[in-house]
Amino acid sequence: MMRQADNPQSVIAVENLGIGFRGRAGGMLPVLRNITLSVGARESIGLVGESGSGKSTLALAMMGYLKTGLKVLDGTARFHGIDMFAQDRRTLERIRGGRLALIPQNSGQSLTPSLRVGAQIREALRLHSALPESRHEARVVELLALVRLPDPEAIARRYPHELSGGQQQRVAIAMALAGEPEALLLDEPTTGLDVTTQAHILELLRDLARETGMAMVYVSHDLGAIARVCDRVVVMYAGEIVLEGTAGQVLRDPDHPYARGLLASIPKLSDTCLPRALDGRPPAPGQAGEGCAFVTRCAIAEDRCRSARPELVALARGSRTRCHLPDQVRSIPLSGEREAGQRSLPEALSLDLQEMAISYAAPDLLDRLLRRETNAVATVDGISIALRHGETLGLVGESGSGKSTILKSVAGLLPPLSGRVRLKGQDDLPARVEDRTGQHLRQVQLIFQNPDESLNPRQTVAQILAQPLKLYFGLAGQALQDRSAQLLEQVRLGAHYLDRLPSQLSGGEKQRVAVARAFAAQPELVLCDEITSALDVSVQAAVLELLDDLRRDNDTSYVFVSHDLAVVKALSDRVAVLYQGRLCELGPTDDVYGPVAHPYTEVLLGAVLEPDRISCPPCRQAMWSNSVTGAGLPLPAALPQTPWPGLRPASATPPKLRRWARDLVPPRRPWQDLTAPLGTDPFRAGGSGWPKGKHSFGEFPQASGYHNLTSEGDRRCT
Amino acid sequence: MAQSSTYQRPGPVQRFLGVMRDIAARPSGAIGLALILSHLVLALIGPWIVPYDYTHMNSALMLSGPDAGHWLGTDHLGRDTLTRTLLGGREAILVTGIATPLAVLWGGLVGVFVGLAGGRLDEVLMRVVDAFLSLPWMLKMLVLIVTFGTGTEVLIPTLAFFYGIPVIRIARAATHDVVARDFVQAARARGHGRFAIIWRELLPNVRDALLVEGAMRWSWMLLAFSSLSFLGFGVSPPTPDWGLMIADARGFMSFSPLGVLAPMVGLSSLIIGINLTADALAKALGIDRAQKAPV
Amino acid sequence: MFPEWAGNALRGDFGLSANGQKQISELVGYRLRNTLLLASGAMLVGIPLALLLGVVAALWRDRPADIIVSTTAIAAMTIPEFVSATLMILVFSVWLGWVPGIVLTSANAPLADFFPEVLLPIGVLTLVMTAHILRTVRSSVIETLASDYAQMALLKGVPYWQIVFRHILPNALLPTINVVALTIAWLLGGVVVIETVFNYPGLGRMMIDSISDRDLPVTQAIALIIASVYVGVNLLADLLTMIANPRLRTAHMRRK
Repeated sequence: MMRQADNPQSVIAVENLGIGFRGRAGGMLPVLRNITLSVGARESIGLVGESGSGKSTLALAMMGYLKTGLKVLDGTARFHGIDMFAQDRRTLERIRGGRLALIPQNSGQSLTPSLRVGAQIREALRLHSALPESRHEARVVELLALVRLPDPEAIARRYPHELSGGQQQRVAIAMALAGEPEALLLDEPTTGLDVTTQAHILELLRDLARETGMAMVYVSHDLGAIARVCDRVVVMYAGEIVLEGTAGQVLRDPDHPYARGLLASIPKLSDTCLPRALDGRPPAPGQAGEGCAFVTRCAIAEDRCRSARPELVALARGSRTRCHLPDQVRSIPLSGEREAGQRSLPEALSLDLQEMAISYAAPDLLDRLLRRETNAVATVDGISIALRHGETLGLVGESGSGKSTILKSVAGLLPPLSGRVRLKGQDDLPARVEDRTGQHLRQVQLIFQNPDESLNPRQTVAQILAQPLKLYFGLAGQALQDRSAQLLEQVRLGAHYLDRLPSQLSGGEKQRVAVARAFAAQPELVLCDEITSALDVSVQAAVLELLDDLRRDNDTSYVFVSHDLAVVKALSDRVAVLYQGRLCELGPTDDVYGPVAHPYTEVLLGAVLEPDRISCPPCRQAMWSNSVTGAGLPLPAALPQTPWPGLRPASATPPKLRRWARDLVPPRRPWQDLTAPLGTDPFRAGGSGWPKGKHSFGEFPQASGYHNLTSEGDRRCT
Repeated sequence: MAQSSTYQRPGPVQRFLGVMRDIAARPSGAIGLALILSHLVLALIGPWIVPYDYTHMNSALMLSGPDAGHWLGTDHLGRDTLTRTLLGGREAILVTGIATPLAVLWGGLVGVFVGLAGGRLDEVLMRVVDAFLSLPWMLKMLVLIVTFGTGTEVLIPTLAFFYGIPVIRIARAATHDVVARDFVQAARARGHGRFAIIWRELLPNVRDALLVEGAMRWSWMLLAFSSLSFLGFGVSPPTPDWGLMIADARGFMSFSPLGVLAPMVGLSSLIIGINLTADALAKALGIDRAQKAPV
Repeated sequence: MFPEWAGNALRGDFGLSANGQKQISELVGYRLRNTLLLASGAMLVGIPLALLLGVVAALWRDRPADIIVSTTAIAAMTIPEFVSATLMILVFSVWLGWVPGIVLTSANAPLADFFPEVLLPIGVLTLVMTAHILRTVRSSVIETLASDYAQMALLKGVPYWQIVFRHILPNALLPTINVVALTIAWLLGGVVVIETVFNYPGLGRMMIDSISDRDLPVTQAIALIIASVYVGVNLLADLLTMIANPRLRTAHMRRK
């Protein structure tokens, strides 16, 4: 299909669109207000915003679709001049999935479970393709190959549940491509995928957009992902467009206070400071009031901002911003100023883990009654880490690498198969939580990932905080009440929160309560299990600041588990990298994140998406381009000529390392893509030149030969 | 600076009243609640307000139609139908009113215990429960009645036993849901005792599911009780009971349809009332209750 | 004692009844046939009807059709069978005089003799069974309608009725297989009451009679038959689900 590259006419044009729902009081509450936006041919636009900003609603509205309960209040959404909300069902059916296709958020649930993947793609072809029926079978295979799925014939015969998350996402993309769309809407297509898988999906999408000339609307909360794919970025806040501009402008030096705040709250690998928190929360639908929706959180707000709602105005730089004070916006800093960490640490040990091996298969009651032995295989093995008093250790790795397992074991919830846990250089801690003394228990506190799960929904904040205070300190009456209030002050919540139930708190507030509960015990060591990953970025920054404050005030040690390398970097003194239950790197943060890293660490770092590509260290950039152009596996640009400290010299030769790195890649993930040739026009070539079956990686060698690590700061590699 | 704060949770009475208000705020709940309450009041004060003695037979007036003396006519023995209908629910309410809490209590306790113990004990017991549930209820009831005979003192434990078994399932599932959640793990990691965890973390979260289940059990138990009465295995004859009345009046339907219709209205209104209330209760407590087959 | 009895029972020999000293297998044979006539009649009408009404109620949710169907179903489910049966006799037999309200045919008469007497019992049984299955079908379809894949199919441009037949029904009706089995099991209990109400010479009434007569051997035999039918039906449902559900199928094949 020929399209002119400089076609001025827009493919998607949204004009003054307002969407709302009927509130309890009867009035219409807007979720989208005055949205005006156009997407040209070959253009890819990113829609960014935190949860509840209305970005998904807008994307679906472009297809003429509203979730139940929502209504168009005013305005239009046009596709090639066709008003999508004024069409009958037949016209919509012709356009949807054909000229205008959607890639959904959760493809695992968006693929019909009872139909084979091939049948679902064939259905799209039958509805939207001009190809004769006889060619459909072959086209399905071509499409699956186009999205770089290995062995497409076999995949076509599978049911959705037989595919991994990344594969399902690729199938959804193939299905969207079946109708050879002119525009593609992507609704958070990589949320919930592992970082490495996400990186590859994004790379695929970008190439597809470049090669096919499709217009793309990419919805995401993740600025880093947007930066990879989009030319132009639209920032949404409380149902409004607050800023629109080129990706370079918006992601590097945006012209709106909210966008600047959002950018500053994202932890970045290049930062030496903690990300800056954006306090407060967006207004609920209908609560925005007279003035600017962002006014309550804005650092430069004036009286005018409270009384009059700003219009979206074009600036000389080419961006459009919804702000009364576009000239002063740039005074808002884009990064935090607070230095994290860098405290002098005493020699005294806080936690000492020695050769821990842990398995998930716990003996059950019947086994215990019969005193039977269970023979379990260790899922986590050979973990030896020493943590100094007041130190923060970051623990990173992909899902399933055993990060949380280690924390559970230290907390006594999951007794290890072997190995020892020592606290403050004293005797070994009993393995089971039931055998530990009150002093032991008090000193080790665990904070969980999701506060919705870790706070009992039937207890008020007061009851939640009272539990450790009563248990460890025997507080009661006024003393209990005073101490609870004091703890809430420490986590920057007022004492009036005491009466509330968790359901009456926001996500960030809940997590603060969980933090307060942990600190109620005055612990020596706090174990943080992905505690910011369920939160929006601006809230995450606030929790990170809070953790930093608390460790300054209390001299607490942290073990901070996260899959997000940038978050870990912001807070940690030292970092340990886990791969499939084994430590592969452990060292001071700057070293681990430094230019020479363990190959697996490099793989992880290469997959980190940052909003501002320029600020990445050079070697990361090189790696990123390596992986996107498929030139090979991401490997450090310069391998050391001399053996690394702690490594046996003979084993550090590059070829071996290269092979090891390749084998290290998690099996059963579509990494094969990396070596696939790109740049061919898939529609013309029909995917026929696709090489098949030549990428099969062996299983990861089970940690053979790297048990000989003794001192800290070493890298393990055979 | 600590603000003074009265962080007392509402007591159980206030909570109960709150839930009741919530139920009554829904139209179906209000109707259901009204039906149940009027049946309960009737069961309590019935003997003092009915026009006749329920055993009083008037041989001159057999199967008579409605008139000023007998608003709903008389049965085949010349007894007043209105009197017997008004009193016909007492036995049923008494038996099921005792058996239902018993069933929920024992089923709930066992369910929570297995749910906590987990592992193979749980698996084995659930197989047994499944096997038991897989037999038609009527068969099981009848077998027990053959063995132990009929009568209130047998029916209460029998019903409590049977209807407690499906409660095990519900309680176990609810326990599993709660135990898997992090706040229970958090309490364990803090070092609270087992009973403190069960009492403070687990039971408040399992309780609601059991309450709704109890309400449903009540309606099914009534159904079973009246069916047994109808078949002649429940209440013994002079006592007025809806099921028995329908069985007796069935033969004379063509002469005196009110004889079957009156007890039908009595029984149906109570059962429908319980069902409406149970639905409203589930919604008030935020439990999504799917319609289940009466097992 | 028991093992011997059970062994004989497997061969169809249940021994002699306590009072009449007749062969139980002889007594039971016709009764079983009659009950099967009742049950299969109800299933033949009830299952397709329930599927149809359930899907209709779900697709036109909260419209008049759904409200009528759902309300009737709830009423039919909550009111005891003997009440609805008696009510139907009163209406269709006593007042309208359309069909006989009581079965007077003897147990060993040819099947044809049961018409039209059998129609009303089948009707009651069908009503209650339909109500149960319909409720599940309705909620299952509604749940599937709200699923991400139904939404995706819509946004893929699939016409409405194709969405219903290709994407929704196969997934929504799968869980109802087990409910149908459960309902059949329930039916075996309900049949006891209904047979008594209509004086129908089937297994259920025979069971009530044998219990009243304290005829233990007969009771035992009937209990065994009903229980095995039940187990068989459930097993069949599990097998069907496994064949129809790709998820379970592959899980089993993987395990080998």
